[in-house]
Amino acid sequence: MDAKLLNDLKRLLGAEMVLHRPEELMLYEYDGSVEVARPNFVVFPRTKEQVVGIVELANRYQCPIVGRGAGTGLSGGALARHGGIVISFVRMNRILEIDKENQLAVVQPGVVNADLSAATAPLGLYYAPDPSSQRACTIGGNVSENSGGPHTLAYGVTTNHVLSLEVVLPNGEMARLGSRALDSPGYDLPGLFVGSEGTLALVTEITVRLLRLPEAVKTLLAIFDTLDDTTETVADITAGGITPAACEMLDGWMLRAVEAYVHAGFPLDSAAVLLIDVDGVREAVEAQAEEVAEVCRKHHAREVRVARDARERDLLWKGRKNAFGAVGRFSPTYYVQDGVIPRTKLPQTIRRINEISEKYGFQIANIFHAGDGNLHPLILFDARDEKQLRAVIKAGDEIIQYCIEMGGAITGEHGVGMEKDRLMPLLFSDDDLDVMRRVRDAFNPTGLLNPEKLLPTKKGCGEIFSRPLPAADATRA
Amino acid sequence: MSTGSRTVASRLPDLVGAAHVLQDPAQLSFYEIDGVRPGAAVRPGSREEIAEVVKFAAAENLAVIASGARTKLGIGLPPRRYDIALDMTRLDRVIAYDPADLTLAVEAGHSLHKLMGVLGDHRQFLPLFVPYFSRTTIGGTIASGVDSPLRQFYGTARDYVLGMEYVTGEGVLAKTGGRVVKNVSGYDLHKVMIGALGTLGVIVSVNFKTFPALVATRGFVAMFENLERAIEMRERVGKSALTPLTMEILSPRVAELFSSEAAGRISSGTMAPDVISAKHWAFSSGYAGNEKVLARYESDFRGMAERLGAFHVTVLDENTRPPAFSRKREFIPIALASSPATTILKISVQPARMKEMLTETIRAAEGNSLPWAALARGLGIIYMVLLPGDRSEESRGRVVKATEQILAAGAKLDANATIPWAPSEWKTALKVWGLERGDFAQMQRVKKVFDPQGIMAPGRFVGGI
Repeated sequence: MDAKLLNDLKRLLGAEMVLHRPEELMLYEYDGSVEVARPNFVVFPRTKEQVVGIVELANRYQCPIVGRGAGTGLSGGALARHGGIVISFVRMNRILEIDKENQLAVVQPGVVNADLSAATAPLGLYYAPDPSSQRACTIGGNVSENSGGPHTLAYGVTTNHVLSLEVVLPNGEMARLGSRALDSPGYDLPGLFVGSEGTLALVTEITVRLLRLPEAVKTLLAIFDTLDDTTETVADITAGGITPAACEMLDGWMLRAVEAYVHAGFPLDSAAVLLIDVDGVREAVEAQAEEVAEVCRKHHAREVRVARDARERDLLWKGRKNAFGAVGRFSPTYYVQDGVIPRTKLPQTIRRINEISEKYGFQIANIFHAGDGNLHPLILFDARDEKQLRAVIKAGDEIIQYCIEMGGAITGEHGVGMEKDRLMPLLFSDDDLDVMRRVRDAFNPTGLLNPEKLLPTKKGCGEIFSRPLPAADATRA
Repeated sequence: MSTGSRTVASRLPDLVGAAHVLQDPAQLSFYEIDGVRPGAAVRPGSREEIAEVVKFAAAENLAVIASGARTKLGIGLPPRRYDIALDMTRLDRVIAYDPADLTLAVEAGHSLHKLMGVLGDHRQFLPLFVPYFSRTTIGGTIASGVDSPLRQFYGTARDYVLGMEYVTGEGVLAKTGGRVVKNVSGYDLHKVMIGALGTLGVIVSVNFKTFPALVATRGFVAMFENLERAIEMRERVGKSALTPLTMEILSPRVAELFSSEAAGRISSGTMAPDVISAKHWAFSSGYAGNEKVLARYESDFRGMAERLGAFHVTVLDENTRPPAFSRKREFIPIALASSPATTILKISVQPARMKEMLTETIRAAEGNSLPWAALARGLGIIYMVLLPGDRSEESRGRVVKATEQILAAGAKLDANATIPWAPSEWKTALKVWGLERGDFAQMQRVKKVFDPQGIMAPGRFVGGI
């Protein structure tokens, strides 16, 4: 079957657009998570018609298909869990239209997130969702995962910015969901498809809203001597009704790792810092920055620095956005969690994470979107040691378990994928999951599209760790 | 009732208690939708009872329509069948409210107005200033998908609903989302429930992100001689550094509507007479911030308005803004009370095409000798009100013709035009949900999952789904 399918794929796309040799496929067996699964083929369509053609072949050969962007995902969403064809959208990377007057853009799925904002900046516009991997990750991937980022605190995640999608359904049918104008009549299909982790359809075109660049931005760096003071500051900022554009926390270990890499001027001897952006009209920014600084000082901030200019601001943010990469200098692998908690529960959750760190003997570095309670504890370990790998998964599960006890959720922005599908029953009842399963089956009845993702399967997780893991890669974050 | 009233009569009291089953025709008339009266009304007291009632309805193939304060049942098509009215008003608890975390879980039957009171005690609110504000319930607000003037800044319910509990058309109680502000665990099923008019199931409770109360607000209204100038003002404000909470263009006749007896009854306070005029187009925009910020907004706003030749700029403060704001909020009910046959189109269009869309819309109204009024939100949502003098055949003919012309113009401009409100007996002649849509087949797929038997509000929504 494979040889025939390979021939058909080559005929459809051209030989150079189909990868099938083991050494080529290895590059596509991982993403940014600790999961590994090797596809049988990787293909690179250039047009939506080719995507339809691939889906038709997959149906004919009953072969699984998985969409993939830049492979920066953190839950195994773009991995071929059951082999099959990985459709890489990197060749469909054109910005099709920027409509300045209506503040929207139409893009192909392979457009890199940061490239869109770079293209629209001269018009005074930008695309708000800004995952830390934005210099690499694609908007198609963002749509699948409903990606967030630091500035989603004030401006929302991907779903809040998608107006319309053109999709290829698993039966090869094309559909346009939503519209360029707001309030498309009928069910909110873009709302359903964004964040469906590539299990309902393959996205071939995306219409997104663009926002106006703010008149003024101020970046504050608040430095603390204890973790408790830091987390209580965040809870207090939230409760006080201040909504900064971003509010990120980096703990001491993380800071030192980042500073050694980026040299942004982060203090090496502090327990934690908050990196806070406020933006808007000049007058409002002044007032908000003062309010934020006031709350920080109330909670014994050792110092509140304000970035003097764009260069200093960019440097601080560069530190934040390259943090995952910086960890690669200290540990061969890390396992990043993505739990969410009510923001009032930050102090005890961080304490609990530290207890878990001691219990398992793993260094855990904390860096996260504090403002919306989205934690990213990075558990450092060596994946070459099978025992460590199993222990790290257990430690991660304990963190997630605690998030759920606090009234939280298992994933804030990284997705369920093949990493947390087994944890879904902790959050949802059989009935809840059954409705979701039926929604999936309504669009993806054969299950060929991204099989066994997002929803729990009966299989244990052991089999997915049977291959050697790649070492941490400094470029993915 | 399709399987005979006796079955329903005998079983429903077992499910919700005899005191909560209504079968007296006089009482049932309150639950009528477009003249269709249900066979019975039940008032369940818990989520489990709702599930039981729907399960029973599914087994008996009875059609169920949930309602709260019954203020927006006029939206959409008449039901194809309507056996059981599910009165949600006994489910009126705040399940959880964590002010420090700015999150809330509330049952669907809770009054929106009262909820704002609860939130207000903690200096918080929901940006849902929707029509029928003082009476409507949370469930009705979310299921009907009505919008709020504040959507300019805060978006719509889809942007701040965090999760939901619902009962499917098979009587299964399920939940989606959660109660944290960021969450991608599982499909966002609550998104499709919002604005689905109860055709996918019954919304039992809703989780929201709440928002800190605004420090101080101010409104600015500029009067222009024509639509073009008002549109130009919208464009300039849109491209400026200003961050408006609200932004609307009001047609000349809106002044008449807002000073009517009906407006006095429906909205609060008295609006100063000179804020908008019956001769001019108004551009109105609201802002929040401290004194310094508001002063900046005012000076920028005035500057832009004056350069565009505005006749007059009115500043609305904490005292004068509420009457004007509540009239804008209640524009739909005020319009419905302003003619015996009010027909309202909702047209969403890309902002840069608003002028063209409004021009075409006005041409259609005037070409068919229909008095009209329009309120257009800055984001491109136009509420076009047709005000025929009576419900005669002749009036109906003119309204049908005008709406057909507007829908056709909308199609050319890539707009979404629907006719959510119209006299019941006219609805069969009107394209209530607009022109056929390319994604309807996908909607049917969704419908089939949630309501395989088609018993939830059958026939009411897009495509008669």
